[in-house]
Amino acid sequence: MTRAEIEAAVIEILARQLLLPVSEIAPDAGIEALGLDSLGKAEAIFALEERFDISVPFNANEPDQPDFDFSTVDRIVRGVEELIARKAG
Amino acid sequence: MRRVVVTGLGTVNALAHDVPGTFAAFREARCGIEPLTFREAERLTMRIGAEVRDWRPEDRFPAKDLPLLDPVTQFALAAGAEAVAMAGLTGDLGPRGGVILGTAGGGIRTWEDSYRAVHAEGKTRVSPLVVPRLMHNAPASHLSIRHGLTGPVLAVSSACASANHALGLAMQLIRAGAAEVMLAGGSEAMLCFGGVKAWEGLRVLAPDACRPFSRGRKGLVIGDGAGVLVLEAEDHARARGARVLAELAGFGMTADAADIVAPGGDGAVRAMRAALADAGLEPRDIGYINAHGTGTLANDRAESAAILEVFGRQAPPVSSTKAMHGHAIGATGALEAIACVQALIEDRLPPTLGFLGPDPECPLDIIAGRARQVRVQAILSNAFAFGGLNAVLAFRRAE
Repeated sequence: MTRAEIEAAVIEILARQLLLPVSEIAPDAGIEALGLDSLGKAEAIFALEERFDISVPFNANEPDQPDFDFSTVDRIVRGVEELIARKAG
Repeated sequence: MRRVVVTGLGTVNALAHDVPGTFAAFREARCGIEPLTFREAERLTMRIGAEVRDWRPEDRFPAKDLPLLDPVTQFALAAGAEAVAMAGLTGDLGPRGGVILGTAGGGIRTWEDSYRAVHAEGKTRVSPLVVPRLMHNAPASHLSIRHGLTGPVLAVSSACASANHALGLAMQLIRAGAAEVMLAGGSEAMLCFGGVKAWEGLRVLAPDACRPFSRGRKGLVIGDGAGVLVLEAEDHARARGARVLAELAGFGMTADAADIVAPGGDGAVRAMRAALADAGLEPRDIGYINAHGTGTLANDRAESAAILEVFGRQAPPVSSTKAMHGHAIGATGALEAIACVQALIEDRLPPTLGFLGPDPECPLDIIAGRARQVRVQAILSNAFAFGGLNAVLAFRRAE
């Protein structure tokens, strides 16, 4: 799966949670600025795990999220790439 | 107004299967959280919990009764029997006695076993007793049957505040003259594969330990168990010469009417103030707060802010006993009520375990690590549930 494909899928998942058209979510957009609340985040992570068959190490109690950076679309894409690579490896 | 007193306690939880063992655990600051042992726990991401260990229902209940008793009911029956015995209730209370028990999940293990049978194992039928086993009122109804209580009997369900609501409503029924004696508290048996799997999705479970109000806390840890208190009209208790353990003096309940999971708004503040006012207490009268203190980032910060708003800089010492008995969801308020009664009887405030150091956003006097020997006059016990439902109890020393 190419990076572009992953990015498109991540944006599609976020768009569904945010009720926004995909065209309004830029790759460098910040997740907080997009207005995703904590339940929306939990649902988006669930969707990422189902879509890519990965397990995202995310705990809502660790604001700095050392294991998975959920702060921008780009960083989510990078994190998903790494998790897919780790699974393949 | 009639005063309502506590004359009996009973419990089954991860620390012990009775009150003396639980009191000893609270004194010694023991932790009941361990690796999970139930079927398929290895398929979970979060694998710790406060399970009721070495539970042998076949030693406690007749074989003919067991098919009707989900663990949530077994725990309630054991706790109820202990509470009734401690209170010395012997005569038939009939319509002057009742039961209100909280549970969030009811007979979850019965749901799980039955779905497993028909979906995973391809069976065509389930036990004919599934419905009376899993219904939320099964624990309350079995207690009424066992002890001949024919007055007000019902279950309440308000997630993590269920037991506090049950205790508060039972107190109000006694005040109103609808009963002389109520068994009240909560029971929960959520520690099975499906129960924990459901919680995992919310990303609020801790992988390592429950550390309420501590820096480095990573979330809540689920527990199982039941707590039952005998609540009684003071005149009724005095007339029969019962030992009064404490007074349940006040109850406040509010709703945030905001977010379905996130705490916020002034609901917690209003519930604490309502409990104080109902008990005729001022903030300065409170010597200890048994916090909701789940160990999640969101609860502990919101609860700290609410406590500081009600009590100001003179806030009393705070602990969350969930670090010992786990978050027993719909039963947790009853386990915490038992800790509060013990604190009043023994002049010893139970601790919060797993404390690594203060979180600047929770600037409270946390009773960390070990129990604190202090004589207090009154206590608040908080419960703030998913759904934005807040229920606060106020206990006062027995006179």
